[in-house]
Amino acid sequence: MARLLIAGVLVLGLASIAQAAEPAAKAAAPSGQAVYEHWCAPCHAPGPGHPGTQSLQLKYGGKTPPVLLERTDLAPQAVSVFVRQGVLLMAPFRKTEITDAELAALSAFVAKNFKSK
Amino acid sequence: MSLPPNVSQTAFDAAVKAWRESVGKEWVFTEAADVALYRDAYSPFYGEPEERLASAAVAPSTVEEVQAVVRAANQHRIPLYPISTGRNLAYGGSAPVHSGSVVLDLKRMNRVLEVNERNAYALVEPGVSYFDLYNHIQKAGLDVWIDPPDPGWGSVIGNALDGGAGWTAAPFRDHFASHCGMEVVLANGEIVRTGMGALPDSKSWQHNRWGYGPWVDGLFRQSNFGVVTKMGFHLMPRPDAMQMSTVTSAREEDIVPILDVLNRLENMHQVNGSTQIFGGRAGGNGPMWTIQVPIYGPEPVVRAQMEYAKSKFSAIPGVKFTDGELFRTPLTQEQMSRVRLVNFGIPNLSTFAMLGRSPANPDPAGGHIGFSPIVPRTGESLLEFRRYFDEHVIKATDNDLGIQGPVYMTCWDRTLVCLIMFPIGRDKARNAKMRSAFERLVKVAADHGWAEYRAPAAFQDLIAQTYSYNNHSLGRLRETLKDAIDPNGILSAGRYGVWPKHLRKV
Repeated sequence: MARLLIAGVLVLGLASIAQAAEPAAKAAAPSGQAVYEHWCAPCHAPGPGHPGTQSLQLKYGGKTPPVLLERTDLAPQAVSVFVRQGVLLMAPFRKTEITDAELAALSAFVAKNFKSK
Repeated sequence: MSLPPNVSQTAFDAAVKAWRESVGKEWVFTEAADVALYRDAYSPFYGEPEERLASAAVAPSTVEEVQAVVRAANQHRIPLYPISTGRNLAYGGSAPVHSGSVVLDLKRMNRVLEVNERNAYALVEPGVSYFDLYNHIQKAGLDVWIDPPDPGWGSVIGNALDGGAGWTAAPFRDHFASHCGMEVVLANGEIVRTGMGALPDSKSWQHNRWGYGPWVDGLFRQSNFGVVTKMGFHLMPRPDAMQMSTVTSAREEDIVPILDVLNRLENMHQVNGSTQIFGGRAGGNGPMWTIQVPIYGPEPVVRAQMEYAKSKFSAIPGVKFTDGELFRTPLTQEQMSRVRLVNFGIPNLSTFAMLGRSPANPDPAGGHIGFSPIVPRTGESLLEFRRYFDEHVIKATDNDLGIQGPVYMTCWDRTLVCLIMFPIGRDKARNAKMRSAFERLVKVAADHGWAEYRAPAAFQDLIAQTYSYNNHSLGRLRETLKDAIDPNGILSAGRYGVWPKHLRKV
């Protein structure tokens, strides 16, 4: 047990060093919110200056919320398809940018309000 | 899975096996769906046989892993194409210049190694974006600014190596010029550190860029002579204040004395911000010309220099000078909501709001590419460029291709970067018309003595050919260097028109 605890402390210690040296290092269980804030929010957050929000406002004319996190019609699979295929000037995101595990967490986070019809 | 050209399955398999052992199998991408993520979304040949495609990708996370990957590629003669963050959109994105190359994806090398506040510099890896560096500085509470280009997700190193520019004060907004020291992995896997970094345990690698003996850093700009794995950058200490005033004028010919005054002020470093030139078209109610004049520094100095600038511009008959708001830094949230953030060292992606779907452009093509010839910064040259644009873009295309411009950018002193934007989408016939217009503009510009400073992959050869003085002697010198530094020609074949011997067209 003592050995396990020491191992745990060592692992935690190493993790904190790695985080200091590697700001974008991948955690064991990715946070969908963290991935969203890093990769999606600069375009899809509310308000002016966000090209994704602006584009969706014009596309849907207000019938669907232009802010991704306010959508109820986005299934997790749809989020994944847009991330990996891109749309218009949004180029696809590679696995070195968003890993499969991060994409799963991101898709679940963005689609958290999804209501299937 | 596709093979790189002229590479046997056996050799490719051997290289892939070696890469998997070096970087871990999850970071070697050979499945079609994974490799497709490296396509250039803004390729002017998208979906056509000429589109430049990767055959695979490999993503090391340390310089030792980069060495191992490059050594295996060199041993098995596999063409590699290094990218930093892969977000060099409009200039090739994450796709190679030579189709079939294996992309060496450095995005996982994302460490900010040092930010020094006292001497105002940073040392970073290629996967560090402007967002990453900004966030690191904010979190650490350091009193220095970065100089972001329009899109903040690009690589600090990649943008500098591709010749990019930003929006704060000179000299920081010339990203290659503000770098200080590099670490480079050569094609044989050897590591070189440039400048003072060649001294073991050097204490001044990021302080002094020149070091001792011939300076070689320029060899790694827009080139294919090595893989840059670390790079230092000088940063601007946060200026206390910034004021952006405005010069307007009603007459076309006023641009001549206006630019003469502006050049003098910039060349003396009285005006140090990135000026902007708008207008030049008759009609409408506004002024013919509007020039934004930003100055950064301590508040009393900014005010004094702005008074001096005002006296010089106001002396031109018919020119109006309007004092702009003086911003003290750091900005308040309210100020941040109404300024152009890149002018204050804050990275963002709002530029895509202008290029994407907007009220002015409700049905955009998708991506774009740019042709941006360098023109002397004089009023006469600007007017000559406008005539060229009118004749060879507006008249020649009946203005039905949606080509936009020109935008006169003044990121570097003494020059106008005259940007023309070509929308690129998935309509092949329309893309073909764009390519044809692009090629014509390059050739006619060269006849005027103007050439592009940076180019999408598909046009890098065409533009390199315009730099043809003395029977292409500069191009031949570069080929001599290429053959000496990378004799097997494995690194970034064709980048900026430099091909290895075995792929050279005679």
